[in-house]
Amino acid sequence: MKENNMQKQEALTYKHRGQGAEIWRRFRKSKTAMLGLFMLLVLVFLAIFADVLTPYDATKSDAANRMLQPSAEHLFGTDELGRDIFTRIAMGTRISLTVGLVSVTISAVGGIILGSIAGYYGGKVDTIIMRFVDIWMAIPSLLLNITIVAVLGVGLENVMIAIGISNIPGYCRTIRASIMSIKGSEYIEAAKASGASDARIILSHIIPNSLAPLIVQATLRMGASILICASMSFMGLGVVPPTPEWGAMLSTGRSFLRDHPHLCTFPGGAIMYTVLAMNLLGDGIRDALDPKLKN
Amino acid sequence: MFKYILRRILLMIPVMLFVIVIVFTLMYFTPGDPVDTILAGSDATAQTREALREELGLNGTYLERLGRYIGGLLHGDLGLDYNSRMPVIDIIKVAFPSTLKIAGAAIAFATILGIAIGIWAAVNQYTFADTFATILALLGNSMPVFWLALLLMLQFSIRLRWLPATGLDGWKGLIMPAFCTSVSSLAAIARMTRSSMLEVIRSDYITTARAKGVREANVITEHALGNAMIPVVTTIGIQFGNLLGGAVLTETVFAIPGMGTMIVSAIKARNIPVVQGGVLVCALSLCVLNLVIDLLYGFIDPRIKSQYK
Repeated sequence: MKENNMQKQEALTYKHRGQGAEIWRRFRKSKTAMLGLFMLLVLVFLAIFADVLTPYDATKSDAANRMLQPSAEHLFGTDELGRDIFTRIAMGTRISLTVGLVSVTISAVGGIILGSIAGYYGGKVDTIIMRFVDIWMAIPSLLLNITIVAVLGVGLENVMIAIGISNIPGYCRTIRASIMSIKGSEYIEAAKASGASDARIILSHIIPNSLAPLIVQATLRMGASILICASMSFMGLGVVPPTPEWGAMLSTGRSFLRDHPHLCTFPGGAIMYTVLAMNLLGDGIRDALDPKLKN
Repeated sequence: MFKYILRRILLMIPVMLFVIVIVFTLMYFTPGDPVDTILAGSDATAQTREALREELGLNGTYLERLGRYIGGLLHGDLGLDYNSRMPVIDIIKVAFPSTLKIAGAAIAFATILGIAIGIWAAVNQYTFADTFATILALLGNSMPVFWLALLLMLQFSIRLRWLPATGLDGWKGLIMPAFCTSVSSLAAIARMTRSSMLEVIRSDYITTARAKGVREANVITEHALGNAMIPVVTTIGIQFGNLLGGAVLTETVFAIPGMGTMIVSAIKARNIPVVQGGVLVCALSLCVLNLVIDLLYGFIDPRIKSQYK
């Protein structure tokens, strides 16, 4: 009897490990997904060790070294106030990754709450929430962000909140669709029959089983959120100087485009690199979690 | 068909009404008194302030002001610009055509080139064309519009002096703003066309057409393309919203006086009626465009047309 139990336990552990390993195997098989992961790891490394990697201060002006071309001493050159551009880009990595993580968390939490309620209860609640979501989506994303920032005011925190709020409808739709497809499953019926509360069924059974599309969306949206934050800073509605944010750096640099294009080239390249990393990673995770979604 | 269009137009009314309420409410709670902003630095008396408040419709409770605003909208009145005291509708009438020009040229460019690249990639799967289309889609999705705009400006306006760096004068002025605005949509349309075409060209009826000896070009253009177009048309509709966002950025870079620059400068100046009016007009354009896209389905796929009752 004891041996039989052990065998069952082993089989369960094997199955559990097998699923994770299978996803990782599928992910690893894609060269572009691995490239995305590597690119992201480089960014994380830069964000963590930004202080150690360069001897310069990201915000301190140095009038004697204004607008120097890229060299061994200043890898990406210096800006209009003599600050080292590589240092500012490395410090900007922290801001961009924070924007991505915080805004995606806000939208995911908001989307999970609204989507779960709409999908699980259905009926009038569903109609009201989904009509509201439709209306929310009728306003172009960037304009909605701009409008929310107009209310909250300019600044990094407010931009993250604005991006988070404006992305809630997308997550809400994903979670709702996912819940509607599993809420009739036998294990949900069994949980209901055993007397589990609605909150317990949603939190313990439904959400864990709807996570795959949510993770995919979160990774793909992270790149888009970073891009929106940079766009808003570029227009002067996001992070304000002297904070080393890439969009704000580009905005300042464009005044010197004619004679010192490196002030724009590197911050723009950093934005593109980060968004590309997130997109490659997101596509890879999507294909690994659900190969049917490919294409 | 006519009944369907009418029903869809009627359905737009509650959607627009809610958009109006949302935007009005957001703007209502914007901190700070507009009168303080307008009269900053002047020694205005309480009477002057009250008169200005009356003129701009800032008196009354939230509901009164909302009611007045909606009443005004029904008469085509979007309020007064806080700075110039010009009707917002007149400002939008000047700004909207520029944005429409950029967005229209961008969507035309993205559609024509995106579909062409998508077909090219699909009929040459796993070849150079396919890899090119995939890389293009990835770069298009990741490229910051404003960075691309600056790089193009550097090359074609500053170094080569082929195209104007600012403004929207003539067709030459439209090339760079429209191209920059279209890039991410072009990528999405190419990607969707590719996957949709791949699905269709594996169908039995395509094999039959080939077996009957139909020329490959005809198989693609006459047999496959029509059926592959429905998801592509949906993508084009979705992209229009992104194009409006992209236009805001390209207008900023190329100093074009369109809706984007109008809204951004209005936000910086806390010019609420202009922000409200601008966002509403953009949302309305998007609603109208979605309706047009829905009707287009009927022309592409007669099965859908038969459902319009």
